[in-house]
Amino acid sequence: MSEQEPEQRVNELRGPAPEERPRPTGRRNSQGMRIDPEVEAEPRSRRTAISALVENEPGVLAKASGLVSRRQFNIESLTVGTTTNPETSRITLVIEEPEPGIRQVEKQLEKLLPVISVQELGDSAIQRELVILKVHGDEPDKVQAVTEMYDGTVLDAGPRTISIEITGGEGKIDDAIDAFQQFGIRELARTGQTAIARGDVWTTDVEEERYERMHESWRTTTTTTNDD
Amino acid sequence: MSKQASTTIDDEESDPDVELPVENGASSVIRALEGAGVETCFGVQGGAIMPVYDALYDSSIRHVTMAHEQGAAHAADAFGIVAGEPGVCLATSGPGATNLVTGLADADMDSDPVLALTGQVATASVGNDAFQETDTTGVTRPITKTNYFATDADTVGDTVAEAFALSGTGRPGPTVVDLPKDVTNAGTDREPGPPRTPDTYDPQYEADDEAVEQAVRSLERAEKPVILAGGGVIKGEASDALRAFATEYGIPVVTTMPALGSFPEDHELAMEMAGMHGTGYANMAITHCDTMLAVGCRFDDRLTGGIETFAPDAEVLHADIDPAEISKNIEADVALIGDAGTVLEQLDAEMTRAPDAPEWREQCTTWKAEYPMDYAAPEERPLRPEFAVEAMDEATPDDAIVTTGVGQHQMWACQYWTYRHPRTWVSSHGLGTMGYGLPAAIGAKVAKPDTEVVCFEGDGSFLMTCQELAVAVRENLDITVAVLNNSSVGMVRQWQDAFFEGRHSASQYPWVPAFDKLAEAFGAQGFSVHEYDEVVETVEAAIAHDGPSVIDFHIDPESNVYPMVPSGGDNGQFALSEDQL
Ligand SMILES: Cc1ncc(C[n+]2csc(CCOP(=O)(O)OP(=O)(O)O)c2C)c(N)n1
Repeated sequence: MSEQEPEQRVNELRGPAPEERPRPTGRRNSQGMRIDPEVEAEPRSRRTAISALVENEPGVLAKASGLVSRRQFNIESLTVGTTTNPETSRITLVIEEPEPGIRQVEKQLEKLLPVISVQELGDSAIQRELVILKVHGDEPDKVQAVTEMYDGTVLDAGPRTISIEITGGEGKIDDAIDAFQQFGIRELARTGQTAIARGDVWTTDVEEERYERMHESWRTTTTTTNDD
Repeated sequence: MSKQASTTIDDEESDPDVELPVENGASSVIRALEGAGVETCFGVQGGAIMPVYDALYDSSIRHVTMAHEQGAAHAADAFGIVAGEPGVCLATSGPGATNLVTGLADADMDSDPVLALTGQVATASVGNDAFQETDTTGVTRPITKTNYFATDADTVGDTVAEAFALSGTGRPGPTVVDLPKDVTNAGTDREPGPPRTPDTYDPQYEADDEAVEQAVRSLERAEKPVILAGGGVIKGEASDALRAFATEYGIPVVTTMPALGSFPEDHELAMEMAGMHGTGYANMAITHCDTMLAVGCRFDDRLTGGIETFAPDAEVLHADIDPAEISKNIEADVALIGDAGTVLEQLDAEMTRAPDAPEWREQCTTWKAEYPMDYAAPEERPLRPEFAVEAMDEATPDDAIVTTGVGQHQMWACQYWTYRHPRTWVSSHGLGTMGYGLPAAIGAKVAKPDTEVVCFEGDGSFLMTCQELAVAVRENLDITVAVLNNSSVGMVRQWQDAFFEGRHSASQYPWVPAFDKLAEAFGAQGFSVHEYDEVVETVEAAIAHDGPSVIDFHIDPESNVYPMVPSGGDNGQFALSEDQL
């Protein structure tokens, strides 16, 4: 084919070549934001917790976790448990993403049909995690002392191992694990963070209304029972 | 049409006009489809779905039996695009369901409304690796808008009705209802309700006033405005609103590939398709605009090229019914969350003047003249594919529907056919599924039997689903398939020429069959074309033939698609030939 190159090139469209065309001055960063091309402006990641109130139906956790992994969001932890309403669960996701990524996680979660409401929790939210650590039992007194330092509880103490429970914010858990390192941690299990808004604030925006509605139905059930 | 294959029954035992009472889960499923106004569905029989087919036997719903479930999914998808309401497909459990997967993923990427009903092994066997068991809800979860596992004969009809409604509401997409055999067999007399989306699904149709105002102020002060129309314009029935808006305010319109037909390409403001193989002028316009009103598009990477260089000077006003699309790939300066038509009307109501952009319009016209989409077709050279596309366009009415496979032929069909009406372009955009064309042509023809349907296929792509010719013949569907045959998977070969030093690894197909003979073997009309002077005559004969026909166009095997923006490249730097890459 290459020996007898045709005289007329088959695919040649007319028009100025790329280098003869004007070029715009602007630029976008990798998140698609317009930026000043002179300055480096890649957005920085931040760590945050997102709470999703979901319908308690089969597959909802798979839907949420599948979504997070499929879209390659950088997920730190994911916890789930039912709420006061047996028909709903709360999923708490801790993620580390630049701002647009955080907004995407929220919006993509909201798209899932069983998801009722999604909200990012601010810094003031109450965040807790539980860890169970199993250390070697050679120095029970020292273990006890460290446990007390972290307000932990000894769950099981035997001649060879001691198991301790510690609850707290993520930083405290990290520190505690570091502190127990000296005894040799045989195993540990962390739950991942769960979180709830502090004070009078509702964790996600539909919860107040749902709470009112449930109380309504509790009241009516109670009244009916009394009437009977 | 042969009655053995289709289950539209009109013998004396079952009168489709008399509604039989709901007896079991399966008849409730069919009643839900009837209640949704479904008249046609596509599918393949099998063990776990048999109760549903049994109930279908008594229904007036027409069933088109396909050769392969992938064909059923694509046909339903194309039906959905053309009809503007969900296309329905059926498959049995296990291999039937997994064969639907490509079609569902395709519909998901293109936001096409499709309802798939899959058989499933009996509930008690689920999870035991029973014969023909697949975790269908698990497999289809990431490629559907939502899916359901039916658990109860009393509610299965409502579930199907809901899945139908969800598929077509808001941003459309595929939904699946997995139907265990015991659920469809179980007795119930519960009549399903009409199609209804759940309360938690509440798309926003009208954009916030504040955003509308902001967008309008931005458009009014624009000097280089562009409308980027996406597939959402067609889905939202907003083509008329788009034309009115663009014309009223003199704003050039660029389309994405799914939006072909949303704006008439012979209009003076039409810049046609942008992106990887878009026109030079469209790519110049989106690169240099200062304000971009993007309507119903998702900024796919085939459109944007490299994010850094995409419309880098433009304020982006993004209208979409799906909030998750806003700022997903390209940061929106103004988010207009709502239905395409409604948002355009809202904008129109708020506009007080047109942007002052005569120079920009002139610039756009200049670009059209500078980068024309023309080509040389010397007699002594092998047939140019562009010529075949144009000949087909010439020979068919303006409202003819075009379907395609995936590859170079698809791009030539984008570039050299003039689209004037919405829902006349049916292709696989986001997933890029080879073999989409023929089953899509079947779905399109079933949706609009009186409209001319033309299918462009590549030799490689056509080979993937050509067995559906049997269906076209059996149903006597008057479609014309044009195979742009270059004895290779041309798009791959083009990339190998450009980026892999011409090493044609597994891209040469010197063994493709004679497609005219293949057509004849299926009972369709076959034609073969090698020379320019055969083209017009053959095309006319094929179009005139009442029934499916296939034209095997032996095109120049060296033809490549240009302009081209290499992936991740700068749209404004599109190459006009290989040496510019
Ligand atoms: C199912 C599937 N497999 C593989 C590909 C990768 N692919 C994209 S274009 C192309 C070539 C298509 O060749 P052909 O159908 O002959 O069309 P042409 O490009 O020659 O017009 C291939 C292999 C694909 N898009 N879809």
